[in-house]
Amino acid sequence: MKKIYPNAAAALDGLLSDGLLIAAGGFGLCGIPELLLSAIRDSGVKNLTFASNNAGVDDFGIGILLQTKQVKKMISSYVGENAEFMRQYLAGELEIEFNPQGTLAERMRAAGAGIPGFYTKTGVGTVIADGKEHKDFNGQTYILETGIFADVAIIKAWKADTTGNLIFRKTARNFNVPAGMCGRVCVAEVEEIVPAGSLDPDTIHLPGIYVHRLIQGQHEKRIEQRTTRKTA
Amino acid sequence: MAWDRNQMAARAAKELKDGMYVNLGIGIPTLVSNYIPEGMTVTLQSENGMLGMGPFPYEGDEDADLINAGKQTITELPHSAYFDSATSFAMIRGGKIAMAILGAMEVSETGDLANWMIPGKLVKGMGGAMDLVAGVGRVIVVMDHANKHGESKVLPECTLPLTGKGVVDLIISNLGVLEVVEGGLKIVELADGVTDAELHAATLAKIVN
Repeated sequence: MKKIYPNAAAALDGLLSDGLLIAAGGFGLCGIPELLLSAIRDSGVKNLTFASNNAGVDDFGIGILLQTKQVKKMISSYVGENAEFMRQYLAGELEIEFNPQGTLAERMRAAGAGIPGFYTKTGVGTVIADGKEHKDFNGQTYILETGIFADVAIIKAWKADTTGNLIFRKTARNFNVPAGMCGRVCVAEVEEIVPAGSLDPDTIHLPGIYVHRLIQGQHEKRIEQRTTRKTA
Repeated sequence: MAWDRNQMAARAAKELKDGMYVNLGIGIPTLVSNYIPEGMTVTLQSENGMLGMGPFPYEGDEDADLINAGKQTITELPHSAYFDSATSFAMIRGGKIAMAILGAMEVSETGDLANWMIPGKLVKGMGGAMDLVAGVGRVIVVMDHANKHGESKVLPECTLPLTGKGVVDLIISNLGVLEVVEGGLKIVELADGVTDAELHAATLAKIVN
């Protein structure tokens, strides 16, 4: 089965419809599937729910789908960098479900591993625990969190081979691995596709079994906070 | 007289021990990395997926694929390791990180922490703070003793939504160091020029001997 598609629109063909739950990789603007997000915007599908750690900035990342009002709900841990997000949220146009960052990552990983729920100490005694099952293990209280089974996962990697084995680069790995695992279908965009056999099998971060469709493209890779030190 | 931001960070650095894996929050806690004692190996975790966080890059060396949890460009060190977000929080939740040093809006006398949300104001989210305080070995709060209205942030009970319940071990403020113990807070140290009476007066939480 051929996994490689010519561009993002082609890779998403037949996968998109209104009301989908989409898991997206990335942390801030680092490692976000920017080409696939643009293609989702261009497709015009609406009422989307995104499980994504952040919501991008106003004109990049998931922010571009907020501008076009294609997002109904975000499942995120931190959305502080996006003014349009705040405007829509305060106007009641956008729903947000805050998840602690590790709980969000584990909800994705768990779903991808076939685990519908797990107990965690994170959030016990806070509003996050409201309405959730509590259970004690070894004298400590935990709450039940559920796996996120996404309709589609969109992720960004550094390199892929033609069978979809993926390698990420530095901190751009972040949510791309758990998000990629939890999708019924996972579409990956990469900077370079190389022939099978040219990646060391010992260095694969996400095996191709999780990756159904693949595109190669040019990435802007915008930096959110450019911080430097003076030359010594 | 009291401690400034850098003096608070320097005091927090005294809690570090050789070989520790530590997570530093945004703000004053970030400054702690400037005061790691010479010859001591402390590995900094960045919860977006890195152990062994290095300093900011030189101009021109910024890499969009290499950022910290505050989304700032950083560098790697010879002993750095990268991993995904699920693995990152596995080591946090799994108790492998010895210590987290975080900022706070309020701390209670039982170690409750509020640092993520002010109802009615813009809500940005908790990020990884709830996972950190629930999972790491020791939680140290570094903050100003009073808010910008001059009201004590060290309270009998938090008024803001909690980040974690009974999670704080030590408070380092501009006025001194307080440890969370059975029955309340114990004064460990006074900041330069601060008297015992002044610290008592600035603290609404119960102070025990």
